[in-house]
Amino acid sequence: MKYGFLLYVIIVEFLVMRFYQQKTLEQSMADGAEIYADFCVQCHLQTGAGVSGVFPPLNQSDYLFEDLDRSIRGVKYGLKGNIVVNDETYAGIMASQGLDDEEIADVMNYILNSWDNSSEIQISPERVANIAK
Amino acid sequence: MKNSLLSTLFLLLATHMSCAQENHPPLIETPTEVDYTYETIVDGIDIPWGLAFIAENDFLVTEKTGTLYRVIDGNKTAVNGLPELYVRGQGGLLDVALHPNFKENNTLYFTLGMHLEGEEEGGNTALYCAQINGTELSEVKMLYKAVPNTKKGQHWGSRIAFDQEGHLYFSVGDRGNRDENPQDITRDGGKIYRLNLDGSIPNDNPFVGNDAAKTAVFSYGHRNPQGMTVQPKTGQVWVNEHGPMGGDEINRIVGGKNFGWPVITYGINYSGTPITDITAKEGMEQPFYYWVPSIGPSGMTFSTSGVYKDWQDNLFVGSLKFEYLERLVIKRDKVVKREKVLDKIGRVRNVIEGPDGFLYVAVEGKGILKIVPKA
Repeated sequence: MKYGFLLYVIIVEFLVMRFYQQKTLEQSMADGAEIYADFCVQCHLQTGAGVSGVFPPLNQSDYLFEDLDRSIRGVKYGLKGNIVVNDETYAGIMASQGLDDEEIADVMNYILNSWDNSSEIQISPERVANIAK
Repeated sequence: MKNSLLSTLFLLLATHMSCAQENHPPLIETPTEVDYTYETIVDGIDIPWGLAFIAENDFLVTEKTGTLYRVIDGNKTAVNGLPELYVRGQGGLLDVALHPNFKENNTLYFTLGMHLEGEEEGGNTALYCAQINGTELSEVKMLYKAVPNTKKGQHWGSRIAFDQEGHLYFSVGDRGNRDENPQDITRDGGKIYRLNLDGSIPNDNPFVGNDAAKTAVFSYGHRNPQGMTVQPKTGQVWVNEHGPMGGDEINRIVGGKNFGWPVITYGINYSGTPITDITAKEGMEQPFYYWVPSIGPSGMTFSTSGVYKDWQDNLFVGSLKFEYLERLVIKRDKVVKREKVLDKIGRVRNVIEGPDGFLYVAVEGKGILKIVPKA
């Protein structure tokens, strides 16, 4: 009986986790790494360095971190028109890759925490879902 | 002593491996004198992929994310009636081509990423035909769909071409499963397919009679063919395919042959690790040409018209990676010269010869350009 409350907390916590299915950052990054290798690496490369003037870098990218919702929007719906990344202008087109909200959250978490990047904020699928075109 | 010998050997091996990616001749040239220019025929198409001429100023363009445009006198209108497609990674709306008797039957073919109702997750490449009237499709019919579906983003192909004997050819890439698909003729993916124009399988296809085989398969061992054309003099189907790093190839297709992927390749993984240590094997075809460095080859066509000085019978291939159109001069069955056309124009997705004999080039973010000789 002494542990009744603790047990209660654990069960409630478990149920909450089941309902929201919030992944740990580690799990989200691991899943995101697979998405990255499948959909992103051809252009942005394994180091996240991109190709100067053609494909913008993701590693230490000011554009990426400046407005996370804008970055998510780019992945979700595609991106075109001029953008300035680390003082260099890019005029290419990134097509929407057809990823679902959870996949976008995962790949964002991977990118935001790989190479020299780190982020305090974990992107959730709900945040991705709420971003409109 | 033994150790130093070993380390010397290792060093030699390492040096040798780093040399394995030496540029493959002939080296690309930038012409000093340019006697052509270009006109933009239509713009506002993000990723123009397939291109097919109905008449001189009337053509169809696919946009990868799922719009088929009809462009008449430079004005584009979206065509209605496409099936619902599956857009993921490199997949989407891909090639479009006209039936050889289009004038009589208004029939066209197209390839696209497809997920059918009731199927497992993911998608795979499908070939459709339809009739077009104005900007309306009717009689939309699926002729082939590769299986199984996968959520992988890579290597859908796909191009369509016709020989002079009533066959249609189309390509499907290895769908990101190089270990299972390309070498197995009982599986789809990593193949060139041959069908009759009505979608039926020709009786003389190479694997007809093999009960386990996909009998629509014409050749196998391909990675991701995104360029296909028929050599106008020999009638042979020529294909180019995206390889790994340093492994982009041109192949001349022969029925029943194995083109080697991933058992043999001149390329290595983009991460720098090897895929295989052999570039040749008995029973596997050598490429007609391979590019080192890889150019990211897209659409491909021969120039037959003679409207350009010195370009007659040359082969043209788009380069996605280096953002030019490549001209290849072929003599006595060998590529003897490579030259940049429209250098730094943007990612070239496709090139075809129009009914007026000019080359039309599809460029990402720019639209459709026509190459015009300077007067």
